[in-house]
Amino acid sequence: MRLVAVSVDPPEVSRDLRRKAGYTFTFLGDPKGDVIRSYDLLHPGAGPGGSDIARPAEFYVDGTGTVRWAFITPSYAIRATPQQMLAEIDAVAGGVNR
Amino acid sequence: MKRRFPRTLWYGLVVVLAAPVLYLALFIRFPITRDVPWASLVMFGVGLGLLLHGLLHAYRHAATSRGKVVAPIALTFSLALTAFFCWTLLYQARQIPDSLGAPRVGQMAPDFTLPDQDGRPVSLAQLLTASPDAVAPAGAGAPADAVQKANGVVLVFYRGYW
Repeated sequence: MRLVAVSVDPPEVSRDLRRKAGYTFTFLGDPKGDVIRSYDLLHPGAGPGGSDIARPAEFYVDGTGTVRWAFITPSYAIRATPQQMLAEIDAVAGGVNR
Repeated sequence: MKRRFPRTLWYGLVVVLAAPVLYLALFIRFPITRDVPWASLVMFGVGLGLLLHGLLHAYRHAATSRGKVVAPIALTFSLALTAFFCWTLLYQARQIPDSLGAPRVGQMAPDFTLPDQDGRPVSLAQLLTASPDAVAPAGAGAPADAVQKANGVVLVFYRGYW
């Protein structure tokens, strides 16, 4: 399975982050927040200078496009850890080939 | 006899200062000390207790002890730091939308097309069907042994990089 990050950051910001942090997975930019809004994950006014940003949330979408696992955190200080994510996705999707 | 600061004053201050530092450096990495920051709260409690002990000592034994000015300042500062920590983690971080309309388990994830880090449009459908290397940027793709059959996507929505 593949990891894809989504935020309001434009491509150049994500390119910079990827380079600095050494991430190799895909980053998608939604500066207008349309997709984030369609997932009901918009956090209005919470970004720098009162801009709209995404609230944290993680989903596992299987090959058919169905959500099989989701973590909608109650606090931005709490995120699904990689271990938790892999274990829980394995449990619902049954030995996903990583 | 030389008047000294009560030792508990310094111990208390160190423990209070270490509480947020340890939270960020260590406790945040483990859900058990992160989701409810009990270890940090215990440290704040112990530190404040020590500081209070030091303050009472400074006032009760003013003839042999210093700290009648420093102790109230240290205690006030520590209370403010504790309050800020609690407010941030237990209140402010939780002021995020409920997102009751977010896709639920069993529902289809809404399809979308967004530019990737290189500005090339990528759709969810494409991510779900293409093998990972097919949409990876040229020259920066995954190593050959990581190329695998597509079997779903983990979508991570995050607040952004600033």
